[in-house]
Formats: sequence, C-alpha cells, structure tokens
Amino acid sequence: MFNDKTIEAKPSAIITGIAAPLPFDNLDTDQIMPKQFLLGIDKSGLAKGVFHDMRFDETATPRQDFVLNHPQFRNATILVTGSNFGCGSSREHAVWGLQQAGFKAVIASSFGEIFYFNSIANGLLALIMDESVVAQLLKCANNAGTFSIDVANQCIETDLGERFPFALPDRQRRMFLEGLDQIGLTLKEGDAIDQFEQQHFRHHPWMKIDLPEQSVL
Amino acid sequence: MPNTLYQKLVASHTVSRVDEQHVVLYADFHIMNEYTSPQAFAGLDQRGVGVRRPKQQMGVVSHVIPTRAGPVAGRTITIEAAASQAANFTRNCLKHGIHLFDVNDPEQGIEHVVAPERGLVRPGMVILCGDSHTTTYGALGALGFGIGTSEVEHVLATQTLVYRVAKNMRIRIDGQLAAGTTAKDLVLYVISKISAQGARGMAVEYCGSAIDALSAEARMTVCNMTVEAGARAALIAPDDTTVDYVAKRLKGLAAAELAQAITAWRDLASDADAIFDIEHAFDATHVAPFVTWGTSPDQAISIADVIPASPAESTSAANASKALDYMGLEAGMSMEGLKIDHVFIGSCTNARIEDLRSVARLVEGHTVARSVRAMVVPGSGRVRDQAEREGLAAIFIEAGFEWRQPGCSMCLAMNDDVLKPGERCASTTNRNFEGRQGRGARTHLMSPVMAAAAALAGKIVDIRKEFEHV
Repeated sequence: MFNDKTIEAKPSAIITGIAAPLPFDNLDTDQIMPKQFLLGIDKSGLAKGVFHDMRFDETATPRQDFVLNHPQFRNATILVTGSNFGCGSSREHAVWGLQQAGFKAVIASSFGEIFYFNSIANGLLALIMDESVVAQLLKCANNAGTFSIDVANQCIETDLGERFPFALPDRQRRMFLEGLDQIGLTLKEGDAIDQFEQQHFRHHPWMKIDLPEQSVL
Repeated sequence: MPNTLYQKLVASHTVSRVDEQHVVLYADFHIMNEYTSPQAFAGLDQRGVGVRRPKQQMGVVSHVIPTRAGPVAGRTITIEAAASQAANFTRNCLKHGIHLFDVNDPEQGIEHVVAPERGLVRPGMVILCGDSHTTTYGALGALGFGIGTSEVEHVLATQTLVYRVAKNMRIRIDGQLAAGTTAKDLVLYVISKISAQGARGMAVEYCGSAIDALSAEARMTVCNMTVEAGARAALIAPDDTTVDYVAKRLKGLAAAELAQAITAWRDLASDADAIFDIEHAFDATHVAPFVTWGTSPDQAISIADVIPASPAESTSAANASKALDYMGLEAGMSMEGLKIDHVFIGSCTNARIEDLRSVARLVEGHTVARSVRAMVVPGSGRVRDQAEREGLAAIFIEAGFEWRQPGCSMCLAMNDDVLKPGERCASTTNRNFEGRQGRGARTHLMSPVMAAAAALAGKIVDIRKEFEHV
C-alpha cells in the first residue's frame, strides 16, 4: 500500500475497493503526513509518509494494532473515518500522500476545511456523510468490506448490497468527474481581474502592497 | 440588506461570482513559506505562466530554519533536504521578482509575525498564505485564511482564488480577564467550549468588552488559534487599538491618504442587524489559566480542574482514551504539579514582544529548574532585536533560558528543534497533536506566563498561586 501507486490523470467515476476503518475524530494532517516528509520540492515520495507514526513504532517496527498494517487492508483504497478528518496544518502533502498510497476516497462526517479543498483540487474524493451512515459504513469496513462509490449517480453500494445515497456539492462533483483545470479557467478571466484591480486600488489605495523585488544576495 | 463584516470583506474583493456558493476572490497580498510553495512554483513553470503580481507577494523562510543561538549572519541550514528546500525557495523568489526574507536576513521570522509588524496587514485587506494560521490577520480587521499548495499556484498565477464563501459566527466575550490570565487562556477556553470543529465552515467575528480590552498582539493570539476550532477565518472589527497599531507601521502613504484609510477602517463593522448563523457568548471573568491535557486543542481544562472522567461532548471515548494513552495521563488527574522536561516559548501564536515582556517580568531574578530545558524563540528578527534592546534577552539568559534565533522552531519541529519520545513540554504554541513537537513527545499548550512559570518550577503550576505579582 505504501509504495507509490501511479496516479490516474482523471479519477474514475466509479471507485471500487476495500474500505478500511479509522474510527477517530480530528485525525489531523500532522498524523496523516508527519513533518519529516515535508522537505521535498516536488510531490513525489509521499506514499511512505502516510500515517507513518501510526504505522510504525519508534524502532520502525510495524504496529500490529494499526488497522492498515493488517493483511486484509493492505490494498484498501477507501478510508472511513471520524469527524473533522484532515484538520490542522494546510499541508497538501497529506492529500498527495494518500493518493500515492492508493487511496481514492475518504468518507467522514466532516473534514478540516483546507484538507477538503485540497482534496477537491487533486481529485481525491472527500465524501461527507451523516454520522449515522458513517457508523454503518465503519461496521462494514471493519470486515474489510468492498465499497463501490458511484460519483455520477451519487451512491455507495457495499458488498452486502446496502446502498447509501449521498449528495455531493455541484462544484465538487464536476471537479471530480471533469477534472477541471481551475487555474487555466481563471487565467481566461485576466481582463476581468485587471478591471477589478484598477477600481479596487483606486477606491482602497491603502490595500496596495508594493514590495521591492528581491535583490541578489 | 444588513451584512456582517465578513460578508463586506468578501463582497469588496469579489471579482466575479462562480455559482451560488463560490466567488473569484481577489487577494491583496499573498505570503509564502519554503515548504508549501515549491510545488506551486513548479506548476507555474510547467504551464509556462509567470506570477501575475510579484510585488503583492512576500516570501519568508520560516519553518525549516534552525534557531540556534548566535548571530543571524552566520546562519546555515545543516539538514540537507531543508537547505535544498530553502535554496529552491530563494531561486523561485528571485526568478519571479518576489521579495524574500531569506535565511540570513536579519528581519526574517515567522510569516505571521513578520507581516503585521511591517505594516503589511491592514484593515479590509484579503491576505492568503499556504499556512493555516493565516487567520491571525483578522486581529487587524483583515480577512486572512490558509490555503493549500494548489491554491498557492492559483494565487501566484491570477492573484485570485476560487473561494467557497463561509458562514457567519459571532463570539461575544464580555467581562474582564483576571490577573494571571491572558488572550491565550481565553482562546483555549473558547475552543474547549465549542470544540475543535465548533467553528468549521465559519468565519468567526469576535466582539465584546473582553475583546475590546485586548491589545492588537493579544488579538492576534486569539485569531491565530481560532483555526483550531476549525474556523475558516477570524475577525475583529477595527477600533482605536487597531488603527493605532497599523498607522504606526504603515509606510509610504501620504497624510491625506492615511486619513482616508483610517476613516474607511473605522467603518469596517458588521451592521447592527446583521444575521449570524451561529452566536456564542462567554464571560471572560470565568476564564482561568488553561492547559491542554490531550492531543487536540479542545482537550483543555482550567488549571484548577482535573481531566474529565467522561469525555466532553465533542470528544468520543475512543478519542479521549487514545489521547490519554499518548500523553501518559489518566482521567481525574490535575495538570497542576505535572512534571515537565521542556519549555518552549515561541510560535506565531505567542512570540511577539508583549509575550516576551510578560515572560521576562515573571522570570526576572528566578532560575529555570535544573531538570528543565527551556528556550525562547522570538517570532522575528525585529522582535529579537527589540527584546535585546529592552534587556529582556539578558533576563532570559540570566534565568537559564536559551535565547535563540527566530523561526517556527519547535511548534512543528520541521527544523532540528525536536523533542525526544516521551518528553513532556509546556508550550506556548497552537497544536498539541500527536508527534507535532517530535515523535512521541507530549505537548501541553498554555500561555507564555504559564509556560515560564512551569520552567521555573519544573512542573505545571497555577501562576495565580505561585506568583502574586503577575
């Protein structure tokens, strides 16, 4: 699981895979991607960092009590977790690492906001479900159940035949299915931004920051 | 229609509306650090796109920089990957004409200390940074919030962000903070009451007499940590305190322009009948010195209380037991008297000059307990210089504290300031997450004076009992 998996350019509309349970609230991005993996200048090599300190003890021995170390979850691609998953630090490395470790979707009753937006930007499906539904999904995940998440039709089906509909915000669904290039789209609005800027700084000259260029040291 | 201050700030920076929930939001100012920006610059290069407004950007090497004692001029990063990350940051800033506070810059520091102290944070602005504690700027009536690296790239390319507009929360705090309690205790108290996700999806506006009474720097402590309640942003409407702080630091504005600005700043407020989705009210007189016992900032109690036996509503039994296990503590224990190994005074939450003054007042003439390693890491080069001029540094050194160079340091231990497994730290930082200050390290968040008192006593104490003069 924690070897680098190739990232698909565009996420598939149906995610099918083993779901692993992480029944804790407030799993912060420090735990998802500890600091020792943040020193890179590209996005690579992050699979090995995912949940690192939860997976290994201080002697680098895998912790037998950590769910993702159990053989039946080795190929899990879906996480079911508690509320406020991804809270804390803004580090997008948490999302990149989860994807590189093969995860396609995280299901939680809520997400830390920055993590949530980072997920959307990268095509990791961050799925918000009611707490009661998450509790049922956790039960199923405890048995290494397989989920099929149909993003276009907004429904999760478990291998026991249970179906759980969800409602993805419009923009998130489109970003996921169409893999929009947001920067490319906004760049096309250059003229509108120009116009806005001129007016904005005419009315609020004190908001204009004009720092000198960095000189060569 | 009546509007909240937050809604006004969003409206004044909306370039266009994307859909019902999202706008293209203009960023007046964008701040970067070395570790959340490299992939954004690489993305720009891949697109063949430049930085749209280089002069509205600032770079600060803050997270990986060592903070060893000694002159800044000789500072070198010894961790190879960190050095290469900082060098990459320098290259990117030079290439794009972005002002950088580099490793050897005497005015380098933590971005959220550097930006406000230079007058770069002004009421009414929108300021973004690839760092969650960007909420700090709400203390000066600016809308600041943290973004991810993909969004950093978006801001570099377009000076805007596609932004989901948040909901509105108001937290009113009246009453007066008692002696020995600070803004840090106040915000820990609020987070413990509303939980680590109590403000998720919300822009929080603080008001009330307790907030009015806080200095600009103390307000920064409050807004900084509001992100630990899950908030998207924190705001305090500008008043005399704000105007005084900003006007003193604002450079290059003609007198007439400054007068116009001040008039506009004073108008920045929620309308009297504005509607907030959620409202809370607290009484500052009930706030005691607060200390965290767990691994989430909402797992905090008054120094006079014991760790709750039945977990708080926001925290499931599993979370509490996981946290207690990690912290080596049990329900029913008091924080008072708990032995500590380390004291860290620093971070974007509590490393400004007022924080250091309060610590110096307390430790002057005392000595750090022999069993404790205590360090003071100033928030910036300017804070460091001022503390030295005021004689604070001499007091710290005399008392047995390490007086170090500025940076994020042991708040997140991305540099070489790392705790060992099992070490217990009284820390003025913002996150007590598992492993945050070092793998297996145990963090107790508290105010600067409480951390300083712990350094002297070798254990967590109630400053109200131990130090009558605070």
